[in-house]
Amino acid sequence: MRKLVVSLLFLVPGLVLAAGPGIPLDKANYDLTDKASLQRGAQLFMNYCLGCHQQQYQRYQRTFQDIGVPDELGQEYLQFTGEKVTDYITTAMPQEGAAKWFGAPPPDLTLVARVRGADWLYTYLRTFYVDESKTFGVNNKVFPNVGMPHVLQPLQGTPRETYEERMIDGEMKQVYVGLKAEGGKLSAEEYDQAILDLTNYLVYTGEPARLEAESIGRWVLVFIVVLGIFVYLTKKEYWRDVH
Amino acid sequence: MSGFLNWIEQRIPMMRVANMHAIQYPAPRNMNFWYVFGFLATIVLVNQILTGIWLTMNFEPSAERAFASVEYIMREIDYGWLLRYMHSTGASAFFIVVYLHMFRGMIYGSYQKPRELLWVFGMLIYLALMAEAFMGYVLPWGQMSYWGAQVIVSLFGAIPVIGPDLVVWIQGDYVISGATLNRFFALHVIALPLVIVILVFLHIIALHEVGSNNPDGIAIKHKKGSLPESEKTKWEIHEYYTSKYDIADDVVPFFPHIVLKDLIAFSVFLFAFCYIMFFAPEMGGYFLERPNFEIANPLKTPEHIFPVWYFTPFYAILKAVPDKLFGVIMMFAAIAALFVLPWLDRSNVRSWRYRSGLHKWNLIIFALVFIFLGYLGGTPQENWKITASQFATVAYFGFFVALFLYSKHEKTKPVPTRIPK
Repeated sequence: MRKLVVSLLFLVPGLVLAAGPGIPLDKANYDLTDKASLQRGAQLFMNYCLGCHQQQYQRYQRTFQDIGVPDELGQEYLQFTGEKVTDYITTAMPQEGAAKWFGAPPPDLTLVARVRGADWLYTYLRTFYVDESKTFGVNNKVFPNVGMPHVLQPLQGTPRETYEERMIDGEMKQVYVGLKAEGGKLSAEEYDQAILDLTNYLVYTGEPARLEAESIGRWVLVFIVVLGIFVYLTKKEYWRDVH
Repeated sequence: MSGFLNWIEQRIPMMRVANMHAIQYPAPRNMNFWYVFGFLATIVLVNQILTGIWLTMNFEPSAERAFASVEYIMREIDYGWLLRYMHSTGASAFFIVVYLHMFRGMIYGSYQKPRELLWVFGMLIYLALMAEAFMGYVLPWGQMSYWGAQVIVSLFGAIPVIGPDLVVWIQGDYVISGATLNRFFALHVIALPLVIVILVFLHIIALHEVGSNNPDGIAIKHKKGSLPESEKTKWEIHEYYTSKYDIADDVVPFFPHIVLKDLIAFSVFLFAFCYIMFFAPEMGGYFLERPNFEIANPLKTPEHIFPVWYFTPFYAILKAVPDKLFGVIMMFAAIAALFVLPWLDRSNVRSWRYRSGLHKWNLIIFALVFIFLGYLGGTPQENWKITASQFATVAYFGFFVALFLYSKHEKTKPVPTRIPK
């Protein structure tokens, strides 16, 4: 019986490696306190994503306040849809038409970071590559056969799969070594940073209360520790006679 | 002031109840940390009811608005996110403390005579809690809400003859729809909470009638006149207990002594609870599952459908059986077996401290098997897992069969008549 317990215990850790996306995800070191990054991310979103995707649960005004942009500036430079600053961030694209054009309506992106995770977004947006067999001429490493064009191509350039000749078991073989983009406005490093900013922004809209929760949470935990000390001392005093 | 209190006391027995059930209630002085989870469960219940009331003020139970109204609470209600996280973290916390509370009952034999009904009431609470949690999980109308409901409700379709009609009757529609969401809302916010509160009341009444068990499983109430004056407790105990029994010098009053112990546990619990709630409310996808941040879509099945972690052991049992009806039967049998535990255990010794090594191992393995089943039911299906969950299912039921067989003639240690100092 003891053997059974031990073998069960040894089984568990080895099993944790569950299935995931096709390629390992890059770590997105986003920072919700970095307002400049959030603003750049919002700018990218409004310019490149909002044409098709919306954030129907998030209002412009709340977003402007949280990322540190005055309402007037926000309306002038970031708000291209809706009339009032209190409107939700919705797209002008008709959703029914969108379903026909892309095969499925482009998903709402308010909560996408909570559905997919920051690392997934960060990697996904950096792993489009040319694949002429697809409708939009591109495919994706993280989300194979995705029905989305590479909207950020003007920034990144045209990403292609690159191969190297390597000696394997005495034979020269073509080995996939990664993606390489050419002809974009941004360098590879700048593009990575831009995607990190966009990821940061999407993480923010997924949970706008995150920073507030953490700043309140710290004080709550301190309070509980102090409370715990007093409770412990009181208990000790009352139980002195019992032992 | 005392005049006013007297006026009240003559009309409703406030002080008498406080004395009988708290200030002069005899509690074993050797209760250890395993005895705090009932108290914690009560706290969580209160938390769920209070935060639930506030959530209903802005939640809209319709297929069109449910998901959006949850996000409205998360973004636009002052501290709405806090109320929602208190409620969602509370749901998982409820099951953590309830599972530990149940395991305490098992290792110290708290279900044995004369506490059988106390155990049965507890199991009824557990059952109602599972229904409550399931329906609550459907309300945010995310992908897992929808598809989880689809899987669970379709189980009733396995029942011969009436199954398909029963499913339609439960759903209130031919598919899971807004009608289903609406009735689950009604059951979640009024019907089941009422049932749970009443059952908790009965659970406590039954507990105070038979008295609390303790880690040694030794009675603190003795036959009237059997204890010399020197061995009786010096604390003032309510005459409801002293008139029927001699209360041994092994007790302390529930208030303040046990309550203070509970409050220490409460502080520790609250720290962990708040840490998760403020810093990791999704708890790595276990308390709030990732796909549930996507609105329910009847045309798009998620890659994997899992129930929330607290149901996964039973889900694994369900999946272990190839036949759907038999699987459903086994799943319910897994819960039913716990109900009849007081009659399966035929030993006269309660606590595992005085029972055989076989019994201790049986309990430990049972706990490990339960956790392992939870793992199997909560991770993506793989071939080896089917075989593993079949073995684990056999092991789960094996616990009860073995207990029934060995408990009658079990080699136990001599049990002292008084709680060891």
